[in-house]
Amino acid sequence: MRKIFVLGALAAMLAAGTALADTSGKKIAFSNNYAGNSWRQAMLDSYAIVTKKAVADKVVGAADVFTTADKEVPTQAAQVQNLILQGYDAIVINAASPDALNGAIKQACDAGIVVVSFDGIVTEPCAYRVVVDFKDMGKQEVEQMAKFQPKGGNLLEIRGLAGTSIDDAIHAGILEGVAAHPEFKIVGSVTGDWDQTTAQKAVATILPSLPDVVGVVDQGGDGYGAAQAFAAAGKPRPTIIMGNRQDELQWWKEQKEKDGYKTWSASIAPGVSTLAFWVAQQVLDGRTDVPHDLLVPYLAFTQDDFEAALPKIPKGGVASHEYTQEDAVAAIKANIK
Amino acid sequence: MLRSLLPALSLALVLIAIAWLNPRAISYFGFSLMLNLAIPIALATIAQMFVIAGNELDLSIGTFVGFVGCVTATWLKDAPLLGVVILLGSIGVYALLGALIHLRNLPSIVVTLGMSFVWQGMAILILPKPGGKAPDWLLALMAFKPPFIPFPIIAALLIAAVVHFGLMRTSYGVILRGSGGNSAALKRAGWSLLRTKIALFALTGLFGVLSGMALIGITTSADANIGNGYTLLSIAGVILGGGEFVGGRVSPIGAVIGALTLALAASPLLTFMHIPPDWQVAANGAILIIVLAARVLISRRER
Repeated sequence: MRKIFVLGALAAMLAAGTALADTSGKKIAFSNNYAGNSWRQAMLDSYAIVTKKAVADKVVGAADVFTTADKEVPTQAAQVQNLILQGYDAIVINAASPDALNGAIKQACDAGIVVVSFDGIVTEPCAYRVVVDFKDMGKQEVEQMAKFQPKGGNLLEIRGLAGTSIDDAIHAGILEGVAAHPEFKIVGSVTGDWDQTTAQKAVATILPSLPDVVGVVDQGGDGYGAAQAFAAAGKPRPTIIMGNRQDELQWWKEQKEKDGYKTWSASIAPGVSTLAFWVAQQVLDGRTDVPHDLLVPYLAFTQDDFEAALPKIPKGGVASHEYTQEDAVAAIKANIK
Repeated sequence: MLRSLLPALSLALVLIAIAWLNPRAISYFGFSLMLNLAIPIALATIAQMFVIAGNELDLSIGTFVGFVGCVTATWLKDAPLLGVVILLGSIGVYALLGALIHLRNLPSIVVTLGMSFVWQGMAILILPKPGGKAPDWLLALMAFKPPFIPFPIIAALLIAAVVHFGLMRTSYGVILRGSGGNSAALKRAGWSLLRTKIALFALTGLFGVLSGMALIGITTSADANIGNGYTLLSIAGVILGGGEFVGGRVSPIGAVIGALTLALAASPLLTFMHIPPDWQVAANGAILIIVLAARVLISRRER
């Protein structure tokens, strides 16, 4: 008799559809390995806005943020292990390394914890990955460049933080783009660490040794620095791809007003942290059909729409977008094949 | 007396704080999780301790650990023989550095700072992007679950005991420490300072290799930047463990305890305290300063 009752209840639950479990008592932790640049600050701000409301609305029980003091992998691995001990139900993570945290991530999964990684993703199969198609972004940079510089010419590439998967993916995309557009040739490559000052120094150092450059392909956070370096060296201003930073878009606006300067801007929206949060909530909600790899679009601005976005970006910040629970449901749906 | 007890005392304090904040952590499972990443730190601290015993500093130990990690996750798995040769060769490089520093009378800070970029560069060459996989035997070793006592605690006791015996109880250990304590006397007694310096640096290299391997055994996969934080952690661990920058005054047991304390204070304690995210990074620094300041205050009072 009892068995039948249980089975009946189970059937009723299944029939009820998506919202199987109540997540109001669930605790979600955010493990973050770095907070020292404008992008990461915007990421934390977006996350705070969305999660505070989610906790107030009793969608989840708690959403705490943990940032490690350094960018180191072992520190974050230790942090994940501590979050396991703290009894969190899910961990949203921006990882310091795609592979080197796998040991700790596996331990979390084994403890029954849902792990959702984004931006800096983890490759451990048990975790979920909210992935921005960085490779496509790199390729698209060259595609856009071909529109602005139809005759082709020499390109300067600014790389990101060496040894990271993001730098590697954007770089691969750029190479693919250049292969598809043989009119372009990369004549120089510097490391800008996604930072205006570093990029400016690096570009200023290499500029005297370069032939004329028509365009700069980069990774975001380095476009304004590159522009400054070109101006300081008295070299003609190339088409510099931007990365959604406020100073970059501001400079673009000034140049556009001066002589109709054209370029393109793209970066991963820092608010993707909130999408990862909602994905974790959906998994905790009992959804079993969530794909482990979720591909989400990057945030791009064109000549026509960047000025509308500019006033909304805080000074020194980066363009963001806060995702909603519906966005997450839609993103999951789009990724179910 | 107080001085030699201090490292153990600070470790006990941190443990009590953790037990109070999160009783769940004080268990077999909890200690395995909290302390396993302290093992590579303890090994790196011992490595640093050897150069400090000879009045030198090694600013390259962090990137060296990262380099070893990259070798471990690539060659040591795919071509074990080549991997072993490279790791032994890197210990040899350390020995040569010791000789160079002694013969040319160079400041070790400058030499090892330079080397830190060399190791980092080679690590990035081996693994341009994170990846690789630890050899299976290493994974099995680091995931070993002995009955009753968690593996990290056994490993820490073992490291402390072996190094304590070697450096504090053998006659050549006395010579090694003496090269930092009173090198002039040692030279007059007919001992080769070149040889002691080479031995100290080779031992640093050896423990750096062990640290890198242990780290990769835990993380399962490598990253060129994986060890960068170990340079400062290892120096802080030695000092916290009762060592001095000059005079050959070091303590292997203290160094291991110091490393465990740092590992626990920096991460589990901080995570369990629920500090607002904006303050976490500063709080981490504050904890380290408090722990180290306590040690300096007490050792100063003794003089």
